[in-house]
Amino acid sequence: MLGRIDTSSTASRRGFLAGAAAGGAALVVAFHWRPAKAQMLTADGALAPNAFVRIGKDNSVTVFAKHLEMGQGAHTGLATVLAEELDADWASVKVVAAPADGKVYGNIDWGGTVQGTGGSSSIHNSWMQLRKAGAAARAMLVAAAAKSWNVPVGQVKVERSVVSLRSGKHATFGELVELAAKEVPPTDPPLKDPTIFRLIGKQTPRLDMQAKSTGTAVFAIDQRIPDALVAVVQRPPLFGAKVASFDAAKARQVPGVVDVVQVPAGVAVVAANTWAAIKGREALAVTWDDSAAEKRDSAALMASYRELAAKPGTVAKTAGDAAAAIMRSARTIEADFEFPYLAHAPMEPLTCVVRLSADSCEIWAGDQFQTIDQINAAKAAGLPPDRVVINTLFAGGSFGRRANAASDYIVEGVTIAKAAGKPIRLVWTREDDIRGGRYRPMYFHRLRAGLDAQGNIVGWQHRIVGQSIVAGTPFEGGLVKNGVDATSVEGASTLPYGIPNLHVDLHTTQVGVPVLWWRSVGSTHTAYSTEVFMDELAHAANKDPVALRRGLLARHPRHLAVLNLAAEKAGWGKPLAKGKGRGIAVHESFHSYVAQVAEVTVDDKGKVTVDRVVCAVDCGIAVNPDVVRAQMEGGIGFGLSSIFAEAITLKGGAVEQSNFHDYTPLRIEQMPRVEVHILPSTQPPTGVGEPGVPPIGPAVANAIFAATGKRIRTLPLVSQGVQVS
Amino acid sequence: MAVSLSLNGKDLSLDVPDDMPLLWAIRGVVGLTGTKFGCGMAQCGACTVHVDGQPIRSCITPVSAVSGQKVTTIEGLQGKAAQAVQAAWVRLEVPQCGYCQSGQIMSATALLTQNAKPNDADINAAMNGNICRCATYQRIRAAIHTAAKSLQG
Repeated sequence: MLGRIDTSSTASRRGFLAGAAAGGAALVVAFHWRPAKAQMLTADGALAPNAFVRIGKDNSVTVFAKHLEMGQGAHTGLATVLAEELDADWASVKVVAAPADGKVYGNIDWGGTVQGTGGSSSIHNSWMQLRKAGAAARAMLVAAAAKSWNVPVGQVKVERSVVSLRSGKHATFGELVELAAKEVPPTDPPLKDPTIFRLIGKQTPRLDMQAKSTGTAVFAIDQRIPDALVAVVQRPPLFGAKVASFDAAKARQVPGVVDVVQVPAGVAVVAANTWAAIKGREALAVTWDDSAAEKRDSAALMASYRELAAKPGTVAKTAGDAAAAIMRSARTIEADFEFPYLAHAPMEPLTCVVRLSADSCEIWAGDQFQTIDQINAAKAAGLPPDRVVINTLFAGGSFGRRANAASDYIVEGVTIAKAAGKPIRLVWTREDDIRGGRYRPMYFHRLRAGLDAQGNIVGWQHRIVGQSIVAGTPFEGGLVKNGVDATSVEGASTLPYGIPNLHVDLHTTQVGVPVLWWRSVGSTHTAYSTEVFMDELAHAANKDPVALRRGLLARHPRHLAVLNLAAEKAGWGKPLAKGKGRGIAVHESFHSYVAQVAEVTVDDKGKVTVDRVVCAVDCGIAVNPDVVRAQMEGGIGFGLSSIFAEAITLKGGAVEQSNFHDYTPLRIEQMPRVEVHILPSTQPPTGVGEPGVPPIGPAVANAIFAATGKRIRTLPLVSQGVQVS
Repeated sequence: MAVSLSLNGKDLSLDVPDDMPLLWAIRGVVGLTGTKFGCGMAQCGACTVHVDGQPIRSCITPVSAVSGQKVTTIEGLQGKAAQAVQAAWVRLEVPQCGYCQSGQIMSATALLTQNAKPNDADINAAMNGNICRCATYQRIRAAIHTAAKSLQG
């Protein structure tokens, strides 16, 4: 969801921190997770060796997850990493959401002070932190046992929450809690050799399956607190419009409506239940001031993007002299690509529950940006951030939507609770969600390449036109360099192919449509344009698309390995029946490498069915292989959904879509058979939430070309008259 | 006006407007939250409940339309088919975010109750109205086949 924040250099890190400070973040750089000795036992007698785990006298092992569980399996993965080094019995492991606290729960990939989930970073940033946390707790239990049995620690072994000696003497974790609390947690405990992992890399069962299969999992929309009312908001019909005046008389007459209040977001109807709030909103009469609103059509915007693409943009990456090489080349290939705005449309619409008092604010949400939301909520409430408590619940999907630096829905909730003087549960309807903005930006791409007489690619130019996701947010300092938003060009500026002359530039446009990261961010469009264009070049050069890529990936062995594995497992090169086609794409995002081969059938009426997708992934050590497979399957379905039929379009600035009848996600009969192959690896784990998404679009487009000779350069497919099954 | 119905085996009288959708009555008035709101226009199936055993979309069904009928939500789901479905859901780790899964399970249970051995086309027809934005469809399909096998076994 987030573009990666490069914290490798002091300069960029300082830039990010300065940006965050400008956004109001209270930054504490110190990182410490070791509690003072007095806190080593909790009030109920559990061992609390650090901020990440509690070991109870009843043998329970409770892991504190600093990351949001929104479906990606982070809770299970984080617990697995800690439980591995602790040698805990998986059956006794539970996960709870950690409170908002940037000092102890900051995302290390983002500099360590901002708590949030995104950029497929949960496992990546927590890997050593949680291994050490688990190992430190284990060391204390071992030391306690060794002292009590009067043996050297080397003779003590630990297996499934039981500490024992060869003699058979043993004690459970629970029995050792009090003694272990007297030990000092080691700062640098020894870690396991990965060859003896018992949980990592195995089929550790997910911890949230029972709750999510019985209707008992609690999402924010389900959270009940005493005396809370339900709020829905009438927001402006155009982005940038404001309330001029409103008449709430009829709304107030709707049975169940308690109050109508104006807030910065619009007009909120507060009622005893959701239905009354919705009916009350329907009865509102609001006059809007749209003098500052965005009123352009998306088609007109795209035309202006196309015009802009005629001029050079801000350089994102340059090597050699691409223009000269293309001019000298034997053959020039050029292609334009168009990508629409996309809504995240998580199944649980945005919701939060807010309770305010004179000196405190408590929030329940599927919260993805805990410390950023805490700061924004504090401002809205007029309280210091440390008076804001965030209870992170399961999120019913997000795909990036709940990670916005403005904390839009959280701030709405707080301002309504403040204006109404009551605890409230804010509910967005699906229409609010589809029309609410913060979309994946619309983009235009132009690619040009030159081939020499032998069909070698001698030069590559890539121009991208579109809005910046991070401009004006606390992430700007870390992610915009020399006028280039890294999230606009990632995947294009990082093209892995060995092409001697490469030039990537960017036009950042100013449009009044709020935009946001959307599962796999820049790679949602750069993977498509680069990988479809590679296929075009392969055909122009009369080369096999896999062979062409192989020849250009010598310096990128991880790309090459997934490419080869996907091609082999898919039977690349084997003949297919008439009307069928196979396409391939490979792409790295968030340090994970994914190749996919799609097989499609195009019937005689032109209807496309994606029959099968073979996916190869290298995400370092696969902490939980089944979760990796699930994320590849889901990422493929999510990506397919967008290329098939998803688009947000604007008419006079107004969003034309409103619900799932005209913004149409993938359905079960459209889901291909997906086979996932995980590359064995000893590298530290990298993310899987997003990297499954980028390759599917180009793989399918390339397969459609193989079957029909038709190139799809404008998305979604249905906008190009392509029927999908 | 009060509407009488049986919810998960209990007789209830709900004093709500006639046009209030069953979804909001179940969630907001009765307080059972396993049934989810996703779209409000019968497009996504997150709100699926059973009325006299048939899967319906509670978000567009007025409470008055189920007067005197037996409504079952995920909380009251019982029987062999339901157990087989839920066991398969857990074993195959179907859910991701989990938000749509109550509706998926209600639809899948109704399918298996009516058709003990559904083929892929039957599954498509029965499950087409249930959107999963995490796209867990491959596992939903596999879990329905698994549940069907376990019922036969």
